[in-house]
Amino acid sequence: MTIYGTALLAACHILGIVLGELLGRALGVKTNVGGVGIAMLLLIAARYHGHTRGWLAAKSEDGVNYWAALYIPVVIAMAMQQNVLKAISGGPMALLAAVLTVAACTLCISVINRREVIGSGDESPNATRS
Amino acid sequence: MDTLLQKIATDNGLILSFAVIGLVVLCSGYISRWLTMGRIQGSAIAILIGLALAYVGGRMTGGSKGLADVTYFSGIALMGGNMLRDFAIVATAFEVHPAEAKRAGGIGVIALMIGTVLPFVIGVSVAWAFGYRDAVSLTTIGAGAITYIVGPVTGTAIGATPEVITLSIAAGVFKAILVMVMTPMLADFMRLKTPRSAMVFGGLAGTVSGVSAGLAATDRKLVPYGALVATFHTGIGCLLAPSLLYFAVRALV
Repeated sequence: MTIYGTALLAACHILGIVLGELLGRALGVKTNVGGVGIAMLLLIAARYHGHTRGWLAAKSEDGVNYWAALYIPVVIAMAMQQNVLKAISGGPMALLAAVLTVAACTLCISVINRREVIGSGDESPNATRS
Repeated sequence: MDTLLQKIATDNGLILSFAVIGLVVLCSGYISRWLTMGRIQGSAIAILIGLALAYVGGRMTGGSKGLADVTYFSGIALMGGNMLRDFAIVATAFEVHPAEAKRAGGIGVIALMIGTVLPFVIGVSVAWAFGYRDAVSLTTIGAGAITYIVGPVTGTAIGATPEVITLSIAAGVFKAILVMVMTPMLADFMRLKTPRSAMVFGGLAGTVSGVSAGLAATDRKLVPYGALVATFHTGIGCLLAPSLLYFAVRALV
């Protein structure tokens, strides 16, 4: 049943949010700490368990896959409600802070990712040559 | 007639937004294929169109939710709101290979730490350059450079003025939009190809909205890996900015 998959997804989502909220409380912060990330880990674990124990039917997986497929449309809807006007009205300081931050982070990402050995064990069989 | 249409549009807000988004995706696909010869991904164009419409909506209504403030398109607020966005992000976790995620977990955490401290330092420096000298304002603007949620949360916690809090939100929103737009262009430079590289990106680029849209426009397969790390960004920022980072700034000024 497709709804089983969606229900599993919803259960992981809620449980993750609850745990993120509790983690936030424990750390003394007023926000949720990584609730969505925890929910993702729960779903990964549930899928793994379901596959190895055989309780997760392909039909149920459709109930999750549909929502994963809706991801890009949802992100487009998210873009449509960004407060673009406010960002622009923030003036040169907000712009400069954002541009410099993105530039510095881009450089950092580039430096870290250039050190990765592409294909260590998964894609390229020539990885051991170097 | 107009009020009737308006009633139908608001009563069926979410359904109408499915149709509107579908239309935008369709148009973006055509633009991608025929105008850019497939060089720019359809989803990247769709996100740009979305941001442009958000600007138009903001201009028309003066509200804070872009196109969603226009009565006819109020359903966009639900479809693109935090609830469904997070739900769809969690759903993408189904595509994660646990081994890949585990292998890159360590570097993801390191990226997350750099991605919190580096934007903060830059934000504080820019605020300093623009004449701010008190620790509270400096910290709040620095926090805004982490994400647009960390800014106001920190500002409220340490008692910043409303103007400074507004500035910190503006910096964060600008950052998210820049990440959305620039990621597909800079993907090659950032070597954004593997799950591990996406996790590094998720930790450093920050803001769930920026990372999720940026990766969606670059390579849909990388989305869950980036999002897995990025969703911790705001939490870590809210944890560190009003405490450790604030004390550090206060000690320095």
